[in-house]
Amino acid sequence: MSIAADSDTLVMVENLVKYFPVRTSGLIRRTVGQVHAVDDVTFSIPRGKTVGLVGETGSGKSTLARCIAGLIPITSGKVTFEGSPISGLSRRGMRPFRREIQMIFQDPYGALNPRRRVGAIIGDPFAIHGTASGAERKRQVQELMERVGLNPEHYNRFPSEFSGGQRQRIGVARALALRPKLIICDEPVSALDVSIQAQVLNLLSDLQQDFGLSYLFIAHDLEVVRHVSDVVAVMYLGRIVERGPQDLVYGSARHPYTTALLSAAPAADPDAAASRQRIILTGEVPSPIDPPSGCRFHPRCPKAQPLCSETEPLLEVKAGDAATHATACHFPVEAGENLAAAGRSELP
Amino acid sequence: MSLLEVTDLAVSFSTADGVVRAVRGVSFAVDAGQTLGIVGESGSGKTVLTQTLLGLTPGANVSGQASFEGTDLLQLSEDQMRRIRGARIAVIFQDPLTSLHPLYRVGWQIAEIIRAHEKSVSKREAAERSVDLLRKVGIPRPEQRVTDYPHQFSGGMRQRVMIAMALALSPQLIIADEPTTALDATVQAQILDLLLHLQMESNTALIMITHDLGVVADIADDVMVMYAGRAAEKAPKREIFYSPHHPYTKGLLESIPSSSAAVDRLRPIPGSPPSLINLPSGCKFHPRCGYVLDRCLTEEPGLRPVTQDGYHSSACWLPLQAAGLSEDAEALRARTVQEGRGEAAAEVFEAEVAGVIGPDGTVAGVVQPDGSVTG
Repeated sequence: MSIAADSDTLVMVENLVKYFPVRTSGLIRRTVGQVHAVDDVTFSIPRGKTVGLVGETGSGKSTLARCIAGLIPITSGKVTFEGSPISGLSRRGMRPFRREIQMIFQDPYGALNPRRRVGAIIGDPFAIHGTASGAERKRQVQELMERVGLNPEHYNRFPSEFSGGQRQRIGVARALALRPKLIICDEPVSALDVSIQAQVLNLLSDLQQDFGLSYLFIAHDLEVVRHVSDVVAVMYLGRIVERGPQDLVYGSARHPYTTALLSAAPAADPDAAASRQRIILTGEVPSPIDPPSGCRFHPRCPKAQPLCSETEPLLEVKAGDAATHATACHFPVEAGENLAAAGRSELP
Repeated sequence: MSLLEVTDLAVSFSTADGVVRAVRGVSFAVDAGQTLGIVGESGSGKTVLTQTLLGLTPGANVSGQASFEGTDLLQLSEDQMRRIRGARIAVIFQDPLTSLHPLYRVGWQIAEIIRAHEKSVSKREAAERSVDLLRKVGIPRPEQRVTDYPHQFSGGMRQRVMIAMALALSPQLIIADEPTTALDATVQAQILDLLLHLQMESNTALIMITHDLGVVADIADDVMVMYAGRAAEKAPKREIFYSPHHPYTKGLLESIPSSSAAVDRLRPIPGSPPSLINLPSGCKFHPRCGYVLDRCLTEEPGLRPVTQDGYHSSACWLPLQAAGLSEDAEALRARTVQEGRGEAAAEVFEAEVAGVIGPDGTVAGVVQPDGSVTG
């Protein structure tokens, strides 16, 4: 399927595939298999909007993010940024786009060099791209620090002198330095305490309004993704299984995996927790080296039929759904359907 | 009498930088078959609290009492404690990979626990019991898996092995310290479901330590919210979520996108938790609180009952009925939170306590500046 590209689209990802070879150890390293990390993924990131990417460990969401950022080469497919293809570019060719696409990482401790001063860390992008130097660079860095809620007087401090939340602000300031159009946030708040998490989420939302940023927001916390996203894509074993506007995916999920994931996420609301029909999936995510045949979710799916193990479902708009809401399932969940009853095994 | 009754427990550590006052006077009780959720952020003292109960904080200065089935855990010798730990009180830690020995088969590790505490059990019996336990916690093909090493299990399965070990000697109390934090949502749901199921079966008491209010909303009966080494608020679950009294509890709830209190824009708690070496004066939450009173700067509040029945208590100087804030007070509060603590705090207090709303919705009285209520 294809999505029409227009001026509102910042990034187009078409049929992106990323396999990692599995090699034998020893002198002659034969390739014995492929990890199907991302397998034929198509979606787009609209200008000034947030696309949320949800999935469990091993679903390929972080690999997908790194492919889009150009940090790792892709196996096949195409990534287009404002109409220009950026996949397969040389390092030199990619360089102008690196200014436009920045990343914020999960671990605010690991992402900052502990021996360098914060001013130097945030000033790096200016130095690397030669956009500002000397006093001008310092002024711009301090302006950024102020913008993300850090005290500009702490310019000469080391990362260890900041708390986790403040370090994540340093990461945000560095990502913001070159005024990018897209910031890829890979689990930006999952290492933070809840009270601090909310501070960073609000900061990201303010910056989006002020600078017209687009975000690709990756998180395993469904409620965080619901809060920040305009569009949500749910990944399972390297594929997008459901994609659509946030309210539709959360409000009327069609894929059994999305439904199960939503029902499993604990909401901080006892009455909601008590009244919810929790679908407990059996088993765990299979290995991406040898993904299941047909629909990859079928071994865990409460609705699986023989067809599901034979034919892979396409990501398409199902009857009665909005044109923006696509699901890859042969037997999508109907409104009011109770999967909890169907999916119950003998043991929890 | 409750199964476990902790009274005024305090734990501190002497370090090169000064004395770390990790737990500063905490009291709580857990009954058989009940689940107590202990919620708090990093550094709130929740883990030190429970590790101290099990004698796992060597070198700490400990005071207070912890009566478990009539014996004070804090007075036990290492030998006596060893007989209780694992057998009467079991622990499940966050990271099962570091809690399991990588070089021993899981069956051997479970059998070892059984034989360490029940000397009369033969190796063969212990091995059979390990298989039964693995089956009980839902590990498929337990007869074969029992001879596997920890690395051959996935994260969720490893946590099931940990639960099997915890259940091995049918303990009275299980302490679970962030047992699902490292797991994916669908696996977390499986594990929580399993814990609840097993608890109902054997009437075990459970202390669930977590930073995740969602987990607490799911499985706790009572909740204790900790801040800077103390209980900020203690109440039955619904009270905590739907009528919190302490501004910290409220702040936590408003910080979470999924909570009943969340709105379009999250309302974070400004600032960050205090250093346990250098605690602020008075109420330890006052530098981050939107409702500060003069008194908060100098005097630390203790837990006071908020409801008539006394099950809900809060360590805050705010008048009791301030729990249900009026919209005006809320708007002001939002402003204080955004602008940082300042002038508005005083206004909030005035707006809030001008009238105290009774349970039936009528104005029940007026709060005087000293905190008393006149009708």
